[in-house]
Amino acid sequence: MAITYEPIATETVVGSSTNSVSFTGISGAYTDIVFVCEIVASGDVSTRIRFNSDTGSNYSQTDLRGNGSSATSTRTSSAAQISLGVGTATNQTNVIGSINNYSNATTYKTVLLRFNNPAEFTGARVGLWRNTNAITGIEFFVSAGNWVAGSTFTLYGIKAA
Amino acid sequence: MATTYKAIATVTLSSGGAASIDFTSIPQIYTDLVLKISGRLSTNDNYYSMKINGSLVNFSNRSLLGNGSTAGSENWVDNYNIIAERADSTANTFGNAEVYIPNYAGSANKSLSIDSVTENNATGAICFLNASLWAGTAAITALGIRNITGGNIAQHSTATLYGIKNS
Repeated sequence: MAITYEPIATETVVGSSTNSVSFTGISGAYTDIVFVCEIVASGDVSTRIRFNSDTGSNYSQTDLRGNGSSATSTRTSSAAQISLGVGTATNQTNVIGSINNYSNATTYKTVLLRFNNPAEFTGARVGLWRNTNAITGIEFFVSAGNWVAGSTFTLYGIKAA
Repeated sequence: MATTYKAIATVTLSSGGAASIDFTSIPQIYTDLVLKISGRLSTNDNYYSMKINGSLVNFSNRSLLGNGSTAGSENWVDNYNIIAERADSTANTFGNAEVYIPNYAGSANKSLSIDSVTENNATGAICFLNASLWAGTAAITALGIRNITGGNIAQHSTATLYGIKNS
């Protein structure tokens, strides 16, 4: 049987001074990418993602979230990143993202996210990168401060066959 | 290369159902666990509870739900973890759920991403997204679901536990 859910790479934060993790040289051999993050940060900060080292204002996002008392939807346009959610020093945050058709060179790239912070909120988010290039690099970074040791970031490639 | 997304075990309930579905002696060789459920309760209750290492306590949740007319959010301190198809739902309808547990063998508290849905071609169907935290630092060696009130989970309900490797 062909392997269709293939690990590409994992980064585990060691120490207390890491604020960025990058995956580069991502092969175009898959149909889709799935990333799984388990994040603990040094404060109530935002973990973010961007592609191919593009720091321009080429990202946008829309979400649906619940904070334990109400359901809301928010959006951001022309941002320099897509936000994945927050982590705190005392609580695990997990994010599971899917980037479908990530390697095509024709369309903008869309990310489907499920983000979970059991102490604050849960939700689903769509992110858009307005660029037609194939995604070959993914950077996770934190808005301020650092992640706590043990935070993990894993990429999987999904093959059609 | 090793199989990365591997079915560890599947449980299908037979006649009469059972109060819970349990997976024990979970190997510690994966990075993440995924539990996929097709199920229905034998009682008119709305939730499954998660069981981790046999424990039904120390869970907290932030949930987001929609029922076809309104959307809301709850802050459960109990184990209202997964929405379930009720016994009085349309016959033969089974709800679906996926529970994703990253880093289940680690020494930190365990965060769960849970998506669950019910649909019965009528009002009362629910889409339920949940962030759940189990405040326990032990590696997960046993995982299960239980009818929240202690009644049974119905016959033909199925759960499969998958292990995901990163190498």
